[in-house]
Amino acid sequence: MINWLSQVAAVTLFNLRTIPQRRGAALAAIVGIAGVVAVLVGVLSIAEGFRAAMTITGPDDIAIVLRASADTEMTSGLSREETRLIADAPGIARGPEGPLASAELFVMINLPKRSTGTDANVPLRGVQRAASAIRGDMTIVEGRNFEPGRNEVIVGAGAARAFAGLDLGHTIKVGQSQWKVVGIFTGGGGAAESEIWTDAAVLQPAYQRGDSFQSLYARLESPDSFASFKDALTTDPRLKVKVVRQREFLAEQSTMITSFIQTIGFFIAALMALGALFGALNTMYSAVADRTREIATLRALGFGAAPVIISIMLESLVLSLIGGALGSAVAYFAFNGFTASTINWQTFSQIAFAFAVTPQLLVMAVVWAAVIGLVGGFFPAIRAARLPIASALREG
Amino acid sequence: MSNSGEGGPGANGILVRVDGVDRTFHRGAEEIHVLDGLDLEVPQGEFLALMGPSGSGKTTLLNLIGGLDRPTRGSVAIGGDRLESMSARRLAAWRARHVGLVFQFYNLLPVLSAARNVELPLLLTHMSGAERRRHVAVALEVVGLSHRANHYPRTLSGGEQQRVGIARAIVSDPTLLLCDEPTGDLDRKAGDEILDLLQALNAQHGKTIIMVTHDPHASARATRTVHLDKGQLSMEAPA
Ligand SMILES: Nc1ncnc2c1ncn2[C@@H]1O[C@H](COP(=O)(O)OP(=O)(O)OP(=O)(O)O)[C@@H](O)[C@H]1O
Ligand SMILES: [Mg+2]
Repeated sequence: MINWLSQVAAVTLFNLRTIPQRRGAALAAIVGIAGVVAVLVGVLSIAEGFRAAMTITGPDDIAIVLRASADTEMTSGLSREETRLIADAPGIARGPEGPLASAELFVMINLPKRSTGTDANVPLRGVQRAASAIRGDMTIVEGRNFEPGRNEVIVGAGAARAFAGLDLGHTIKVGQSQWKVVGIFTGGGGAAESEIWTDAAVLQPAYQRGDSFQSLYARLESPDSFASFKDALTTDPRLKVKVVRQREFLAEQSTMITSFIQTIGFFIAALMALGALFGALNTMYSAVADRTREIATLRALGFGAAPVIISIMLESLVLSLIGGALGSAVAYFAFNGFTASTINWQTFSQIAFAFAVTPQLLVMAVVWAAVIGLVGGFFPAIRAARLPIASALREG
Repeated sequence: MSNSGEGGPGANGILVRVDGVDRTFHRGAEEIHVLDGLDLEVPQGEFLALMGPSGSGKTTLLNLIGGLDRPTRGSVAIGGDRLESMSARRLAAWRARHVGLVFQFYNLLPVLSAARNVELPLLLTHMSGAERRRHVAVALEVVGLSHRANHYPRTLSGGEQQRVGIARAIVSDPTLLLCDEPTGDLDRKAGDEILDLLQALNAQHGKTIIMVTHDPHASARATRTVHLDKGQLSMEAPA
């Protein structure tokens, strides 16, 4: 066994040392695989970043209440009477000013994107006083909070980056009224950074919503209070509502877009991988052809087929892993943290997010590279092992 | 040196027995009968020269004896071992133990030093690294190249490369040395040194040697010469 390993090691070493003589082909294979990996990681980092933007980390104690028939805030509606009943339900945490519940409005406005100048949807959310305490980690990083009852908005940092006219002090025109940007905020979890917030009481008349809302956000006493909170609301004959955890709500909203991006990413990467596979095959076939006489000599001396096969596959693997590492590095430095925004297809609003090159993606990149390398090495290795020794020795 | 039954000679001292061997190659639809009912016996300890015109099948015969190729018909036995009954895997292991090969163009691996090239056959044994280094040193000593151990093939002369090739062939102490035109690529002086070496290996170390050559000067060093022509062997050169 030790002996067998030293055979493999000797043949592999011999193979690897001949790589400099085949620099061009080896480099082409490496670059091909690096390209596949960079594209794969790049595209999937979009999906990862999007998922991260839509997902709340931290305590699982924020609940959203919608009308029973609604799947999104856009299609939901709650009367003020209903929101009062909900806010009185058991399980909601209480702050100094009463229950941590915020009845909210959710409308879409059009603003030009900074990047293209074309209009896109941005969510404008009317909130009540408890809204930021419910979300927990909101910080005003520029300016101040809006004042209740006035036409003022605060803008999520992601939205401020993506859309023109959302700088501090600017005024945006919504419907018949003007709104002044008085603050920029970060945090708020989930998609909040992609939104514009204002006082629900001011938004209601601007959109002729009378005294109705669309959703109610509540902070629970603890994550475990969710069940009793939900039971209380769904068994109350006066209410026809559904209760979901915010984290699950956002995850559901993001699945469609993430799987769409992932499908595209895998599709492009698969096509490129096919190309890279042919590059690797070509490299390794020519490597075997270049070394026909050396391989035949080793076989003539008594080396078995297995060390030859394994060594050629190892060589291919080494080349592909170099390519994979290169591609991952390119993807990491080019894409990680790169910010973008895209449409959330369920609400047709713009979601701002940063590409996220996660460790899992890098592991996957290495796996792809390794698979390409092993498949690309396998067939040439088999050919090398099947060379008839006597006639291969005749080759100059 | 191995005993009878395991590559050693039979009771009558015959080491190599080639019996009614045909070897046919196909080139497209054409059949080439290179060897045709060929018989050959080589006693243990002989230094046999194998001559014949180009394309007469000398290399083909050597490959059959060395287990690098299989006859279309007939049998090849080395010591007690009948090669046709062995699987490819066993044949490879058998080659490693019993045959040393010397090639016209040396067939050294260019990326390995002389010592590493010589060590290659020992990787197929159970020797430790220290034992391998000792055997390599002895083999290089025998061919007079101890001072070139760490040189790479491209920095050696043709004669030196062939001596590395011979060291590689003898390092595992095989029964039989098969040399295909070992001096074919060398000038007279370097060729003579190689022939001196082969003669010494035969006379002093008891190696049985079969050497293919075109050169009467080389065959004169052998203990016997046979000629291959039209698929058959004869003792005398064709007129
Ligand atoms: N693998 C093969 N496939 C087809 N034909 C072959 C093969 N090996 C040998 N031959 C043919 O068999 C014949 C004998 O070849 P071989 O190499 O044994 O001759 P040789 O006596 O060694 O010649 P040389 O003196 O030129 O080395 C030649 O006609 C050669 O073309
Ligand atoms: Mg020949």
